Amino acid sequence: MPQMYICVILPKCISEPKMRMRNPSADISGPSPLFEDTSTGSPPGGHRGQDKGPVNYPGQSLLSDPMSNLAMAYGSSLATQGKEMMDKNLDRFIPISKLKYYFAVDTLYVGKKLGLLVFPYMHQNWEVSYQQDTPVAPRFDINAPDLYIPVMGFITYVLVAGLALGTQNRFTPEILGMQASSALVWLIIEVLATLLSLYLVTVNTDLTTIDLVAFSGYKYVGMIMGVLSGLLFGRTGYYLSLLWCCLSIFVFMIRTLRLKILSEAAAEGVLVRGAKNQLRMYLTMAIAAAQPVFMYWLTFHLVR
Amino acid sequence: MAFTLYALIQTAILLTNAVAVLHEERFLSKIGWGADQGIGGFGDEPGIKAQLLNLIRSVRTVMRVPLIAVNSVCIVLLLLFG
Repeated sequence: MPQMYICVILPKCISEPKMRMRNPSADISGPSPLFEDTSTGSPPGGHRGQDKGPVNYPGQSLLSDPMSNLAMAYGSSLATQGKEMMDKNLDRFIPISKLKYYFAVDTLYVGKKLGLLVFPYMHQNWEVSYQQDTPVAPRFDINAPDLYIPVMGFITYVLVAGLALGTQNRFTPEILGMQASSALVWLIIEVLATLLSLYLVTVNTDLTTIDLVAFSGYKYVGMIMGVLSGLLFGRTGYYLSLLWCCLSIFVFMIRTLRLKILSEAAAEGVLVRGAKNQLRMYLTMAIAAAQPVFMYWLTFHLVR
Repeated sequence: MAFTLYALIQTAILLTNAVAVLHEERFLSKIGWGADQGIGGFGDEPGIKAQLLNLIRSVRTVMRVPLIAVNSVCIVLLLLFG
């Protein structure tokens, strides 16, 4: 099952270099098709193999031959061995089981979460509900962070950036990769800076690194909305919707992080004096204020 | 603005080098950031300064030897590919 997630992302990376290599050969003189038809190439076969597993190979007539039977059994056992080895080794670097929790979402959750990201002002209860010491899956609790929206938002952002640059005749296939790596680098820098500041302020929190990645990835939704309205309505539309989304993300981050970083008493709104809580409040506000800055920084060059 | 992942790696290497180069007795003790000057009392929690000094000391202890290897690799790459 975890291979499904990785395999969804991998074909995108694999098919992009192919598009980039074919584009220079396609001539720019006139409205000729920019992308050749790759449906007869290897990706469909790769997809089929990954979807159905190593058992259901096409050409069922080969099954009657005992030699090919043996070869298929050997091949499938090799494949399971390789899969187990890859699982074991991959689990050391990327905690796959923990990642699965962040992708346990359904359509209702995604819809409500997107609405919350754009309009967080009416929501009352921001606490994450627990079930015997483990947080409940995002499917059942709207306040739980997930990785589905950030990942999809990142990919959509790269595509929308390509679209925006295309409308200004500044598009080349290389800039898709540049936009993606730029945004990824800024995300990594932001997560590292947040981790460093959380370490320096000695906050006892259960915020994991993946939680921070998820929270930093929520701003892509606002960025996409800003760029799209900039495409539709020009610069004023871009600035208005960016302002709205910046404000919403600011409020969303403050309300979510307040419960995780500040102590219990301060989180309930009681003004607790003391340098420690004040420092934590400043930290929360700094993290929340960095989001609009990044949102503007990553999108202003896309809208002219 | 166009960053690549390699630029991020270079930034990280440069920053780690900067922290590893700080000399203990010639510099850090002179400005009161020595290894023994950070451990305040055993009160609630260490303050920001103590955490920062701890971080600098641990980075210097841990990253000294790996940085030799990483810097050599980076130099070779720069020589070969400019």
